[in-house]
Amino acid sequence: MNDRTKDVFFKRKITYILVFAVFIAVYLVSAFITEYHMQEGLASFPKAMAWIGENLFPDEKAIRRFPKIIEKLTETALLSVAVTVIAAVFAFLFSLFGSKATGFHGAINRIVRIFAAFFRNVPDVVWAMLLMFSFGQNILTGFFALFFTTFGLLTRAFIETIDEVSASGIEALKVSGADFVQTVFQAILPSALPGVITWILYMIETNIRNSTLIGILTATGIGYLFDIYYKRLDFSSASLVVVSIIVLVIAIELISNLIRKVIL
Amino acid sequence: MQQSSAVLPCSVTMCNIKRRKNGKIKIGVQSRSSIAIKLLLAALLGLTVYAFISFDYKEIVFSEAVVATARNIRTVFLKPALSADTFKNVLYQLLVTFCLGTLATLFGAIPAFFCSLLCAKNLAPAWLANMVKCLIALVRAVPTVLWVLIFAVSAGLGSVAAVIGLTFHSFAYLTKVYAEAIEEIDGGTIEALRSSGANFWQIIFQAILPASVSRIVAWTFMRFEINFTNAIAVGAAAGAGGIGFNLFMAGSFYFNLQEMGFLTYVVVIAVILLEFLSTKVKEKVR
Repeated sequence: MNDRTKDVFFKRKITYILVFAVFIAVYLVSAFITEYHMQEGLASFPKAMAWIGENLFPDEKAIRRFPKIIEKLTETALLSVAVTVIAAVFAFLFSLFGSKATGFHGAINRIVRIFAAFFRNVPDVVWAMLLMFSFGQNILTGFFALFFTTFGLLTRAFIETIDEVSASGIEALKVSGADFVQTVFQAILPSALPGVITWILYMIETNIRNSTLIGILTATGIGYLFDIYYKRLDFSSASLVVVSIIVLVIAIELISNLIRKVIL
Repeated sequence: MQQSSAVLPCSVTMCNIKRRKNGKIKIGVQSRSSIAIKLLLAALLGLTVYAFISFDYKEIVFSEAVVATARNIRTVFLKPALSADTFKNVLYQLLVTFCLGTLATLFGAIPAFFCSLLCAKNLAPAWLANMVKCLIALVRAVPTVLWVLIFAVSAGLGSVAAVIGLTFHSFAYLTKVYAEAIEEIDGGTIEALRSSGANFWQIIFQAILPASVSRIVAWTFMRFEINFTNAIAVGAAAGAGGIGFNLFMAGSFYFNLQEMGFLTYVVVIAVILLEFLSTKVKEKVR
């Protein structure tokens, strides 16, 4: 081995050691600030696993509650589909004004992007609590809380999709004298649609998980059901809720993979 | 057909032009994928309509609720003010949330890297890769907040449950994306090292890691952003500390909308800064 290759290996070793040292430092500082204790963390693992093992198989009471769980689960699934579809329609309209490819003025692009960034970055818990005051324990609370963040996220995603795939098609149609509506339906929509659908499917899956959290905060849907069982220490029913959510999310993931395979 | 095409090539090309019933030439081609897209869009719209019909609205007066919401939104976003807490403490709670996100990312990323070696198709045997991928999908399907609450049973509500709960989801997510990054490495590199007698760990640290490090760093930073927002949500929904808990107390306990507005602005500015930072890092490692 000559000196230069040795040098490469030596440098790499130093890099790995440095990265490791940075990891340790970051851990120590963060653990100090958050008052996280490694022993407690590790000690909770066997207990949590035992808890899962104990409650994984539903007892009689949990099975009696199964119809109720399925009802709330269906509601949550429908909610996340409805939220995503409605948000996607609005996001697509807005993304037309936010994309550079459609040729609106740069100032309009920027305003739409800032608007989207605002909705994306205000945490959904804030929307949830805000809507709780006016809508109360209602499914619409969850609907709007999820709607605002989904709208912000999808607007950014659609702008990127349109910028990526539609630029040349839009130019071709504009040159041949097409008006804005024609450009949207003949160039932008067909070329961006596969990307748009991939994003919609992804958001449906994400929204099911997020609506659990929103549900705990706003006392609606499947999240609330889990919270009730959990606080009553009826862990068997609570874990049946978790298992049902897992089945639903995985089913949706499998369906989306199948759809993506066909359309892409 | 073969014979006639030899005699009459013109008629064969005529056959390939599809016409509508009224004799007009069809322009669009109905491929499998365009039919699938139409069916999917129809199904999604149908489900949405059904969803709105089936929801239990509990006799809410929609217009009144909207007006009240608009009023609250105005208070939160146009009149933010800090009254119950000091600015210094708010910043400290933000730092706590930041550190919760950091710990969850760190604890998720390191095992995720080793686990991704087990489920990358170009490193592990197919049966092992598929098995690990299935397990990971199970872990990923459980919402973060439920992981936190499950661990709260054994560790109590607090930073330990929050960090471990957040870690589960980021571990599963990162394993998936790391494996995808590793699968994109040119198979020749691995084969070259293997044939020159390198052992497994030498292959990992001399070929795999250097070749995929830029994508791994990019994904890790993206996950960190997600963990930060999740840490806020978990702080609110599971009482796990940080600025999320302050938000929850201001919103659901004291009904202090102005304070909520102030905290929201602090969070939004922090997230936008993080997004900016993460774009810079991604540009640098590329």
